[in-house]
Amino acid sequence: MSFKRTYAEINEKIKKGQAVVVTAEEVIGLVEQKGVAEVAREVDVVTTGTFGPMCSSGVFLNFGHPKPRIRMKKVWLNGVAAYAGIAAVDAYLGATELPDNDPENKHGPGRFLYGGGHVIEDLVARRPVRLEATAYPTNCYPRRRIETTITLDEINEAILFNPRNAYQNYNVAVNRSNKTIYTYLGMLKPNLGNASYSSAGQLSPLLNDPYFRTIGIGTRIFLGGGVGYVAWHGTQHSPCGTRGENGVPLGGAGTLAVVGNLKQMKPEWLRGTSLTGYGVSLTVGLGIPIPILDEEMLRYTAVRDEEIFAPLIDYSEDFPQGRPGNLGLVSYAELKSGQIMIEGKVVPTNPMSSYPAARKIAQILKEWIQKGEFLLTEPVALLPSADSGIKLNSLVERNGVNGK
Amino acid sequence: MVNQKVVLKFSAALVEQPIIYRLIKNYDLMVNIIKAEINPRREGSLIMELSGQPDNFQSGISFLEGLGVVVEPLSQTVVRDEERCSHCGACTVVCPVGALYMNRPSMEVGFDNEKCLVCGLCVSYCPLKAMDVKWGD
Ligand code: SF4
Ligand code: SF4
Repeated sequence: MSFKRTYAEINEKIKKGQAVVVTAEEVIGLVEQKGVAEVAREVDVVTTGTFGPMCSSGVFLNFGHPKPRIRMKKVWLNGVAAYAGIAAVDAYLGATELPDNDPENKHGPGRFLYGGGHVIEDLVARRPVRLEATAYPTNCYPRRRIETTITLDEINEAILFNPRNAYQNYNVAVNRSNKTIYTYLGMLKPNLGNASYSSAGQLSPLLNDPYFRTIGIGTRIFLGGGVGYVAWHGTQHSPCGTRGENGVPLGGAGTLAVVGNLKQMKPEWLRGTSLTGYGVSLTVGLGIPIPILDEEMLRYTAVRDEEIFAPLIDYSEDFPQGRPGNLGLVSYAELKSGQIMIEGKVVPTNPMSSYPAARKIAQILKEWIQKGEFLLTEPVALLPSADSGIKLNSLVERNGVNGK
Repeated sequence: MVNQKVVLKFSAALVEQPIIYRLIKNYDLMVNIIKAEINPRREGSLIMELSGQPDNFQSGISFLEGLGVVVEPLSQTVVRDEERCSHCGACTVVCPVGALYMNRPSMEVGFDNEKCLVCGLCVSYCPLKAMDVKWGD
């Protein structure tokens, strides 16, 4: 017999400390033992987690007004530029921004030791950060320049706003050329020397709710060690690609835009990240609770690494040139075994995102809910799903305006 | 038995000579070459593990020094900041000897100090900068 459970019922149980919560890893074993129907009736919430470099991340800051006032046209934090083309003393610091004098890849693969992601980590770790700003004077904002030191607790707002996080599945990167290359998926050795992947697989949030039935605008989540919310679908959200029979996309698909107060986050879960030969980033800890509204939701959350497939993509030619196609699909179970077969060759695999950290996030979120500290939210609106007709456009190059 | 990792630095003239062969043959030492480099000016440096009976070991070192080879103990070690390491596993691709390796199925990254060559590849590669070179013994 089918059954239904509401958000209100789940939250009542959470408040009484009676909710049954398991992680997306634990639920797999339970279903193997007892079957979907029984576990769906027992379990109220399944928690997920992921911890990997998420480049589309950043923070809105409001520094407060100095005396005399300044408009702040250009802003640097520890030498890293923040975007100040918004109101006076507001700025957005992006995770991948580099100091103006970074050598980048000019002398071989750069090391990218410091950038926006590291400034964010410094802020969250309560380390003082050097602020420099310049401006043109106006009658209301007379000042041309300021240099000072700020800390996270002194500034008015620090709102983490990540426009594209928590990718639902992703490419597995390989290199078919005969020289080593450096990508955002790490170092790729020549002649299919390794295969690099970056997803928590069976623990990953959007792989446990493949059609976004419960994860939507307003969903309360674990973000950077604190509480955050899903603000919107993420940039490049692409829910209409090919899916397996279980509904799980067979490549990069959905994404989330997430938001939260940086002041209550923890440096352990927001880490400045240096990707050799590529750039800087921010490794973000993100976890989402999934309410078991019915058997279908439980079936989704019981997805196993064996049933999640990702495409093998050549990053020496195919990806940079924007060519379609792949070298086949591999399951996360195969990837996690340490080696896969590509074109008859045994290829060692390596992850870029931390599975143990993903597991820990799902565990922390589970404890928050069990203790009654974290209630579930029903989305204010759902995210575009497989029936949305969304197509990802490529950028068209034209000469002049209106093709003239 | 003595077992030590040493760094040998020698001049261009010595590059041509079968030093290692003599070390093994005349002093009954076991040699495990970890890293060998000859720079464009034909000067060489060798990192190797040397083991044998203590007196042989000493005589072997004296033999090398007699030839003008600079012998130094390999006193750098690589350490992992356990707080900073997220066990992402990215470093397992660069470590040439599997001193950084995945434990399966936990997917936690193990670090075997004994195997480490102190090549430094993981130090520059680790995205979270959790690996560092430590100087001294
Ligand atoms: S790359 Fe760095 S953070 Fe990742 S497992 Fe290796 S040492 Fe740890
Ligand atoms: S220093 Fe070299 S050998 Fe040692 S763990 Fe790092 S990569 Fe491996």
